[in-house]
Order: sequence, then structure tokens, then C-alpha cells
Amino acid sequence: MSLWVTILAASLGCYGLKLAGVSLPASVLNHPRVQRAAGLLPVAMLSALVATALFDADGRYAADWDRLFGVGVAAVALVLGRSLVVVFGLAIATTAVLRLVT
Amino acid sequence: MLPEQAAIRRAAAGIGLYAGAFGVTFGAVSTTSGLSLTQTVAMSALMFTGASQFALVGVLAAGGTPFAGLSAALLLGLRNAFYGVPVTQVLGQLGVRRLWTAHFVIDETTAMAVAQPSPRVGRYAFWATGVTLYALWTLGTLAGALVGGGIDTHALGLDAAAPAIFLALLWPQLSRHRAPAVAFGAVLVTLVLVPLVPAGLPIVAAAIVAIVGGLPPTRARPTVEET
Repeated sequence: MSLWVTILAASLGCYGLKLAGVSLPASVLNHPRVQRAAGLLPVAMLSALVATALFDADGRYAADWDRLFGVGVAAVALVLGRSLVVVFGLAIATTAVLRLVT
Repeated sequence: MLPEQAAIRRAAAGIGLYAGAFGVTFGAVSTTSGLSLTQTVAMSALMFTGASQFALVGVLAAGGTPFAGLSAALLLGLRNAFYGVPVTQVLGQLGVRRLWTAHFVIDETTAMAVAQPSPRVGRYAFWATGVTLYALWTLGTLAGALVGGGIDTHALGLDAAAPAIFLALLWPQLSRHRAPAVAFGAVLVTLVLVPLVPAGLPIVAAAIVAIVGGLPPTRARPTVEET
């Protein structure tokens, strides 16, 4: 599967999911079991993405300490209730500064 | 017109600003991951759901199969389907308009639409946020893709952007029932699988944790009253 096919398939799929959401009768999507699993799906996927972004280096366990620290600072900003822009900016800036000084 | 319009426009501009910055990051990360400029911009214009885009690029950059990347992107994009219910409650009957409205149903537009006091204001908020975000996200991506090859994304710490954003998106959802347990389980399953299966699959496997976590009823049924 070429890169373009993947991109177009993903685009079409993501659009299809959005379209299904505004087209399907609410009763289908409002089923409690479906709702619970669907609500938890982003929780699981995002947790998995954070975990691999921080500790997976091509199938081996490894941590980039600068990046880990940057994301750690972002986590503190989240606890303090800062906005997305601040969280995002702090993660990048912290990582960049650490790389500059170390 | 509506008294809330000015406040909505301000909020939409703030969201758009962040989306623009995030778009620049996506553009730079995507092109340095091996995607072309056209492919990168096409993703923002056609997929228009940031977390899925980052997931796809991340999996591909890590050497994952297209199938693993596609699965991760779609599983993450599935939440947009569930935004359809609250969004249609605000926007009303869509008819054929759903064909283009659907494209704009994402985290930010849903949050803005449902936060308004009336459907009329909600509709305005949905479109103000949607159009601003779409324009700045796509333009930001283009800008990032253009400079992507010329900047040192590592030195600028851009590799920290994706996990930070994933964490920021995850954060408000952790208050959901069973979410901390599911998050913990997902991290565990993912990390155990990292050295065992091809790149990307550990992320896809985490979806199983959500499904298992969502299956049991939230409260034990009152067995006595059941007939």
C-alpha cells in the first residue's frame, strides 16, 4: 500500500466516521455499552500514544530524557489547569532548551 | 447580531491560533518523517482531525505498516462519530448539508457548539470555530511543511509536541468513569507489546482495553427488583 493510498484511505475513513455520526439515528450511538466503550477508546489510544512516544524507540525501550522532561513540564501545566497553547509551548520550549544546554 | 458573537469570535480566534501553531508542528514533523509537502497538506485538508494525523505519521515514521497506521488513525477518529449526537442536537436537521458539515465535526467545534446557551448561538459557534480552525490548521500545516526540511525539528523540541498534545487531549477525559484504569491498562498493554510486535500494533492493541473496560455495566443491577 503506497503512502498516498494510506493517506486517502485514512482521510476517507475519518470523514466516513464523522458522516456516520451526524447520519446514524441517535439511538444507535446512545446505546450505553457503545457509549462507554467509545468514550474510553480515546482514553486508551491517547495513553498508548503517549507511552510509545516517550518509551518506544523502534521496538526497544528507550527514553529521550529531554523530551520526557518537556512532556513532564507539560503535565504539570495541565495539573495547574493551563490552556492547550501553554501546555504545547512549554513541552517544546523545555525540550529545546534542555537540548541547547546539555 | 447575537450578543454572544464577539465572545465566540474571540474564543474561535484563540483556538485557531493554537491550531495554527499545532499545524506548523504537524507540517514540520510530517515532512521530516518522509511525507511529501502535498501529502502533508492533503492530510490536514482531507482528514482534518489532528490526533489521527499525528498518530498516522507517528506510526509510519516508527516503521509501522500502513495498516497499523490506518487502524490507529481510524480508532482515534472514531470519537468524532460520537460527537455527531450532540452536534446534530445543536445544528438540527441537516439533510444534504451533512455532507460538508460532517467534515467539521471535531473536538473543538463540538465543544464550542454545545457550550452555547441556544442552538442558534451554538450553530454560529460551530461554524465560526470550524472555519477558523480549518483555515489556520491547513495554512499552518503548509507553513510547517515548507520550512520542515530546513529546520532542525529535533533541536527545536518538536518531537515533544505530539506526546504533549496527546496528554492534553487525554487529561480532561480521565475524569470519565473507569478512565484511569483504562489509561493504565492501555499503557501496560502497549509497553509490553513494544518489543514483541511490529511498530504501530501496540497502539492498536490498546483499543481492546477500552472495549473490555466499556463492556461491563457501570452499576450492578438491582437484582431484587428485576423480574
